[in-house]
Amino acid sequence: MIRIVKIKEKNSRQTFAIHLAAFLLALCAGGLFILMLGFNPLEIYATIISGAFRSKMAIQATIKIMIPLLIAALGVMLSFKMRFWNIGGEGQIIMGAVFATYFALFHADWPSFILFPVMFIAGLLGGGLWALIPAFFKVKFGTNETLFTLMLNYIALYLVSWLQEGPWRDPSANGFPKIASFGKSAVLPKVFGVQIGWIVALVLVAVLFVYLRYTKQGYEISVVGESQATATYAGMNVQKIVLRTMFLSGAIAGICGMIQATGSDRTLSTGVAGGVGFTAIIVAWLAQLNPISSLVIAFLFSVLEKGSSVIQSTYGLSTDCADVLQGIILFFVLGCEFFIRYKFVRDHKGGGKKC
Amino acid sequence: MAPTDSYAIECRGITKTFGSVVANDHIDLTVRYGEILALLGENGSGKTTLMNMLSGIYHPDSGSIRVAGKEVSISSPEDAMELGIGMIHQHFKLVDVFTASENIAVGTPGKRLPARVMREKVKEISQSIGLEIDPDRRAFEMSVSEKQTVEILKVLYRGQKILILDEPTAVLTPQETDKLFDILRSMRAQGCAIIIITHKLHEVLAISDRVTILRKGKYIDTVETALTDEKKLTELMVGRPISLKIARPDPVGCETILKIVDLSVRKPDGSLAIQDASFEVRTGEILGVAGIAGSGQKELCECIAGLCPAEKGAILFHKENLVGKSPREIIRKGVHLGFVPEDRLGMGLVASMGMVGNMMLKTYDVPKGPFVDPAPARRQAEALVERLEIVTPSVDTPVRLMSGGNVQKVLLGREIESEPQVLVTAYPVRGLDINSSYTVYDLLNEQKQKGVAVVFIGEDLDVLMELSDRIMVMCHGQVTGVVDARTATKDDIALLMVGGGKEAQA
Repeated sequence: MIRIVKIKEKNSRQTFAIHLAAFLLALCAGGLFILMLGFNPLEIYATIISGAFRSKMAIQATIKIMIPLLIAALGVMLSFKMRFWNIGGEGQIIMGAVFATYFALFHADWPSFILFPVMFIAGLLGGGLWALIPAFFKVKFGTNETLFTLMLNYIALYLVSWLQEGPWRDPSANGFPKIASFGKSAVLPKVFGVQIGWIVALVLVAVLFVYLRYTKQGYEISVVGESQATATYAGMNVQKIVLRTMFLSGAIAGICGMIQATGSDRTLSTGVAGGVGFTAIIVAWLAQLNPISSLVIAFLFSVLEKGSSVIQSTYGLSTDCADVLQGIILFFVLGCEFFIRYKFVRDHKGGGKKC
Repeated sequence: MAPTDSYAIECRGITKTFGSVVANDHIDLTVRYGEILALLGENGSGKTTLMNMLSGIYHPDSGSIRVAGKEVSISSPEDAMELGIGMIHQHFKLVDVFTASENIAVGTPGKRLPARVMREKVKEISQSIGLEIDPDRRAFEMSVSEKQTVEILKVLYRGQKILILDEPTAVLTPQETDKLFDILRSMRAQGCAIIIITHKLHEVLAISDRVTILRKGKYIDTVETALTDEKKLTELMVGRPISLKIARPDPVGCETILKIVDLSVRKPDGSLAIQDASFEVRTGEILGVAGIAGSGQKELCECIAGLCPAEKGAILFHKENLVGKSPREIIRKGVHLGFVPEDRLGMGLVASMGMVGNMMLKTYDVPKGPFVDPAPARRQAEALVERLEIVTPSVDTPVRLMSGGNVQKVLLGREIESEPQVLVTAYPVRGLDINSSYTVYDLLNEQKQKGVAVVFIGEDLDVLMELSDRIMVMCHGQVTGVVDARTATKDDIALLMVGGGKEAQA
């Protein structure tokens, strides 16, 4: 009989080794999958890497994928640190984009040094207020934040559908339900060939790192996440901390939406978040809720995504295969957490009856 | 009748490790039919681990277990049940809405008996050991000791001849303990083998025939109870001679600093946790609080600390009412209140943070500006490690990885460092070994001599009577009396613990 036994906590080096082993195993398992499809796994992996880095343009495209993923991961990280299961990143991204789009559409005549900050703040408020709704109901009535934030995603999504079919429909699109492309003045500038969002993302990584580690508010988040009883005991106002942190969490997601809409998409569509809010959860967890590590993880995810689009064009493999690969990697890396805490042992005396 | 000459249980060389911790290291243990064996050891000495192996929850890494002379492998609770081993855990495993007889019937192999037959059988068994029990009473209506009785009946009903009790007296009043011991004695007379886990010496002496002593996972000795005494047992348990006397310096000052008037507190479920409690807390003395677990002690200290709202009444600190104020407001009022809660890692400390992070738990907000300043907390943590001899790899090691005694030193140390005027401690020695317990008593006495008003909520009456100046007794949320600890007898207090005589016979 095989039993599961808890083991003592491993140190960070052992933990890292286990994660690395899991990643390598995932590549092997993914390789088998590719082999089954009749391709050479090494070739495919090489193409993924080269696809993401082969040219300046490829690198720029990879970074472009990374920007929203990284910012959104930072957003959800903040609430996860507090053990508030915010899976509404998707909706918060959309609402940030909606708020920013209002100014991009109707105040495009403002000078850009005013318009950009206004759009930025609008995006921040959009996401933040959207996240504040479940937080409010959580602290007042103890509602389940997981369901609440999830449901709000769909409300945000269909709000955009309504906007593009109704009030914000582009009149010059011949009846096609879409929102007009933004004017030049409302599109974020590029730095080194990539929209300026990457700078925002890097700044946010640094800010969040400092915020979580060195500020009183960051300390409060850790304490509330660990135990609300301890936080109350320490004299903290738990409700206030939950509301504030959720606002900030949503605000960062909102910034992500604003940057995606005005920097990359140049319009607002239902695909503005495109699942990034969910992938961000995975990025944040794989990064163990550390802003610096999430930079690395988000980068790796982007490489995989960009690389697999090249696979599609070169080998005719569907991008769904990339999703399968992603899934395999996640399965192994998240699954290996088990081996950090537990091990299997075999009963030397099986059975159970009298010997 | 089972043979009385052979062993009911015979363990030889039992070893069990968890990760790098050796919980049991080559332990021998024997118990005969018709005998009560006490398993004595401090917390963490491996008593419960050993018993869990007998009841099939863990499996030993090596060593042999013989039951009634036959070597066995117990790999599940079902195996243990078949072998006739019944274990009564500290937390009872009864179905709340079931009656006593339903609870006894549930999980028993074989066909279900009609309720009427079942009821008769339960009555019959309970009378055989001199017990009165109503088979139709539902578990949620029962007192703790009645629940325990049902657990014992469960074992008897299944015809199990070997009974293991894990600290059965922790939740009982002294009277209920006596009753339990009577039951155990009559079970012994019927030929049962009984193992009772405890760390209370006087209970060992009162009930057992032999004592097996464990220390730090190792087997130390087995002695005949009749040939030993408290002092010898302590020496075996701790490993060196130790004075069991708790110091009690005379109180100093003695001014009323907190006056609690008609305080009532409700639990979240709406029932009254404290009802019209009135008492005084004085500087320079230790006020002990006695009572069975769950008599309102927890709510009382949390209410004083501002953690749970009062329904009515007042807590007066120099004429100022603290009721309705948050912990932060209480601090701002200039009340230096130290509080060592019962749940150390879940309330008093942040389990995943190191000592540094925990030192600043209550003071992180004091310096101006948006940033925390860990430097003073680090100095404080390092000073505390030195002063209280805290064992930890570093002041940044998460406190949850530290041993129970060290965790308590961190918590109590932090509260003392804040120079409190009132220090409320809830079960501060629960789960600590004797050494750490005495460190805690010394620290509390030191605070008392500095003029701090100390409130000590305890569970061990002997300790309360040796350490406190006055003892307040609680029963069902009511203060049933405040006695002078120097003159009161144990019987006085025991009587107050059940409400002052009226229900004492119940």
